[in-house]
Parts: sequence; C-alpha cells; structure tokens
Amino acid sequence: MISLVIVLVYLLALLCLGLASKFFFRGTSKDYFVASHSIGPFMLLMSVFGTTMTAFALVGSTGKAFQRGIGTYGLMASSSGLIHALCFYFIGIRLWAIGKKYGYVTQIQFFRQRFESNRLGYLLFPILVGLVVPYLLIGILGAEKTILGMTKGMFPHTFSADPDWIGAVPPWLSGFVVCAVVLSYVFAGGSRSAAWANTFQTLVFMCMGILAFVLISNKLGGLHAAIQQANPEHLVRTPSSITLGSGEHEFVRHVGVPPLMFLSYMFIPMSVGMFPHIFQHWLTARDAKSFKLTVIMHPVCIMIVWVPCVLIGVWATGSAAGMPPLTDDKVGAVLSIMVAKLIHSPVIIGLVTAGILAAVMSSLDSQFLCLGSMFTNDIVLHRAGPGRYDDRQIISIARCFVVGVVALTYVLSLLAPKNIFDLAIWSFSGFAALTPLVFSALYWKRATKAGAYASIVAAMLTWLWFFHLSGYGGEYAVGGRIMPVALCFAAGAIAMFVVSLLTPAPHPDTIRRFFPK
Amino acid sequence: MNKFVYLVLFLLLVLHQDFWLWDDARLVFGFMPAGLAYHAGYSLVAALCWAWVIKVAWPRHLEAWADEPDDTGGGSE
Repeated sequence: MISLVIVLVYLLALLCLGLASKFFFRGTSKDYFVASHSIGPFMLLMSVFGTTMTAFALVGSTGKAFQRGIGTYGLMASSSGLIHALCFYFIGIRLWAIGKKYGYVTQIQFFRQRFESNRLGYLLFPILVGLVVPYLLIGILGAEKTILGMTKGMFPHTFSADPDWIGAVPPWLSGFVVCAVVLSYVFAGGSRSAAWANTFQTLVFMCMGILAFVLISNKLGGLHAAIQQANPEHLVRTPSSITLGSGEHEFVRHVGVPPLMFLSYMFIPMSVGMFPHIFQHWLTARDAKSFKLTVIMHPVCIMIVWVPCVLIGVWATGSAAGMPPLTDDKVGAVLSIMVAKLIHSPVIIGLVTAGILAAVMSSLDSQFLCLGSMFTNDIVLHRAGPGRYDDRQIISIARCFVVGVVALTYVLSLLAPKNIFDLAIWSFSGFAALTPLVFSALYWKRATKAGAYASIVAAMLTWLWFFHLSGYGGEYAVGGRIMPVALCFAAGAIAMFVVSLLTPAPHPDTIRRFFPK
Repeated sequence: MNKFVYLVLFLLLVLHQDFWLWDDARLVFGFMPAGLAYHAGYSLVAALCWAWVIKVAWPRHLEAWADEPDDTGGGSE
C-alpha cells in the first residue's frame, strides 16, 4: 500500500505543478499552443528529452537488453543521441524561425504554405494522427500495466470481478486516473503546463532510473560481481541463439545484433524530425539560442538514462538475478521483477513505478495537446478562415478537442488489442519515412508540391507493404537484417527528388518566403 | 556552413558502426562490456561535437530573420 501512496503523491504533485503554471497563462491562443515562445534552454531540454523518451526508456530498454544484450544501447540509444540532436539542429531551429515569423503552431500549416497546396494538409492530417494514436495508446496501456503489476494482490475483495485484475487496481481505473491527471493540466495551461510538467517528469524518471541501478547493483554484490554473473552472450553483439525454458515451454532467444540491422536502425530516430508534438515543443522556445543546450545535452541525457537500464537488463540474464525464462512478449517486466525480487522495499517499488509513469506521461501530455492543436488549427480554423473566431473562442475550441482526444484515446485503450505494443516501432518508422518531406521543404528550393505528394505516397505505400509483410505489427527486418524504415525513407526521398525535378519549380514568392538569405 | 562540420558529422555517423568491437567481451573499468563502454563514450563525444558545431556554425541569421516583420504578404496557397 505504501508504494501506491507514493504513486498517488507523485500524481498529485504533477497535477499541482501543471495547474500552478496556469497562473502564468496569458489568455491567448498563442500562449495555449506554443507558450508565447517563452520557454528557456533548461525547460526546453527537459521537455523535448522527456517527450522523446517514452516508457521504453526505462522499461523497454531493460527488457530489450535482457533479450538482445549490450547491443541495445548502440542500436537505440547512442544512435538516437546523434540523430535526434541532428534533427534539432538542422530541422528544429529552422522550423522554429519559420514558425515564429509566420505564426505557425502545427506542421501542416507550414507544409501547406511551403508546398502551395491546401489539399496536402488533408492528405497529411490523417497520416500524422494515425501514426500518433498507437503511440498514445502504448503510453496509456504501459501505465495501466505498470500500476497493475505494482498493486497486484492489494485489493483482493474490491477488484475481484475479473481474474485478470489479480486483486490489483484494474486497467480501466488506472488508465482513467492517468488520463484525468494529464487532461487537467493540459486543459488548464496548454503547452506551458506541458513544458512545466515534462520538466518535473523528466527529472523524476532520470533520478529513479539511477536509484534502481544503484540499489540493484548493490544487491548483486557491486558492479563487477553483477556483470560477472551475466550471460556472456549478452556482453557482445555477435548474433547467437540460446534455448530457454523446458518441455513444451521451451523457446529460442536470438541474442546480439546483425551489423546491417544495427546500421539500418539509425533511420528510426529520424522520426523526431516529423513528430507533430516535438514540432510544437520546438515552437515554445524563447529564442534560437535556447536550442543550444538541447542539441548538446540530449546525447548525454540519453546516456544517463539508458546505460544503467541496459546494464540492469544484462545483469538480469545471470543466475544471481533469479529471473524466470521470460518469452519476448514479457521482457518488459524485467525491471519491475528485478526491483521486486532484489529490493523488497515498497518505498523503492513506489518510487521506481513513479519514474516509469513519469516517462509515460511526459509523452502523453504533449501528444494530447498536439492532436487538439491540429484539429483546431488544421481543420476548424483552416476551414473557417481568418477572423472568424476570436482568441477566447479558439482556446475554447482547442480545449474541447483536447477533451475529445483524451476521451477517445481512453475508450480506445479499453478496446485495444494486447499486441498494440508491437505497433510502436511501426509508428516511429512511419514518421521517419516522412522525414525527406520536411528536410527537402527546408533545404531544397526545387522541392515542389507534386514532389511532396509523391514523397508522402511513396513512403506510406512502402510502409504499408512492409507492415503487411510483418503480419501487422512486431519486429520485422527485410532479409532478416535490414530495417524496413531504411527502404521507406529511401522511397520517400527518391520520389521527392525525381518528381520535383520533373515538375515546375515553386513560385519565386514561396522561395523568398521560406529560404532566408 | 563550414564543410568541415559536415565532414565531422559524417565521421561521427561512420564511427557509430564499431564493427571491430562486435565480439569483444572485455570489461572496461571491470564492469562495462567493451561494446557498451564504446557507445557510452560515443554519446559523450557526440555531445562535444555538437558543442563544437554550435560554436563554429551557429545559424545566427535565422534568429534575426525570425524577428523581422513579414514583408512577403502571406502565402500562395
């Protein structure tokens, strides 16, 4: 029960902080959507980093390292450190400048004008929303699973209607509480509240990851003893297979990372260049200089969170950890099992759970807000035309959409299939496949409207094809080695290049407008 | 932008593919497998590289441009 109280205190603190930021709310739609471009360097770093790190940062990284070994860090973390910073520098700063100059608050507003096409927005809108929704659902379901695991057996009489609830806080209730907390502060203060809450959440999950690392290593006899007892095949990246379990529960685990997979995985972090919620965070920056800290420190923040989690996952493969033979779909439980088995302290269990929830919720708030902003600006205000609604009405419309998006996502989370987690990598791959669009929009004057359409269609068709080949979710590599994202990205880039060259160049006014000398 | 910046960033991308450490099981500082230690160090080097890029190739003109009034008369949708 103490662990549940700690989690509730965390949620309350988050709620109070988010609502407190409302006192700084200036009452304008610009403040609601992009915090009046007032967020400084530290808060920008924390909010952008917190938003890019989902539950995967703590839970998934540990599970993946338990599954594949140390290669997980290079595969997902050090590559993200480099590529995310690259996107912030080459895409983020430029989009911030363009967005500030022309008053954009969503990506689609930029693409519509850069590519001189109103309809491009209607093509892009369902694609972006369709790719964000599974990402949102994964967050809510991740939070529900985390609370279910922590409160197992706490309420044997109250929550006994469904055997899956195992006497714990049921998913419908924990999902409702998480959505309600996030909705409260996003509704009240918009992007400023999200930035404040993200800063708090990021500090919480970074500290809790380190705390779990120190306590688990002590229990295993120190850093040296912990690594010595780990399975040697997990200490290298050479692909190998190990047989686990026994009898009819026997299964094969593929350890290590093939070099081509390692190389092609580098395309996945490019997704941040097209995340609509990251676009909105970029626009909250006070000035271009605020990006400096984010660009420099992002790889370091990733290292602080991921190195301890990868080591915990590798330690869990050793005999001293006493881990049961978990199948690939259950490796997400490694961190909580290690904490529960080795530490036994309800206080620590509560703190680590709060850390996992912080990682989940720091992405959820930004995604809810960005979907609300997109519905408001790209559909309602775009169709109504300028001057139809005043600022107060725009904020009310945005808030209504935020409530609608949260309610719909909550209902979808109750209906979502259990394999929704398999969609995570496909959501990221879809965004990454669209990166040639934003890059050419910003750096290639010759990029045309037809090229933009061709790039989107080519990237999405190849994505759909590989998604179909994967059996609609889960990890899939072309020929067992190449990540599909690399081929989707290439298709989008080639289509943009060829079709743009075959079609008339954009109007000189458009070039003048989007390419500062 | 300084062409040397592009060269350094390309080199950083190449250095990510540390094929020479793929099956190296040695421990650095007695607890970090070599492949993990390399990539942890790589993250720090990436941060230092970005600090250098920002110093030598910061897009100052963009900030000034963003603050100038819009004289282009709206988009051409």
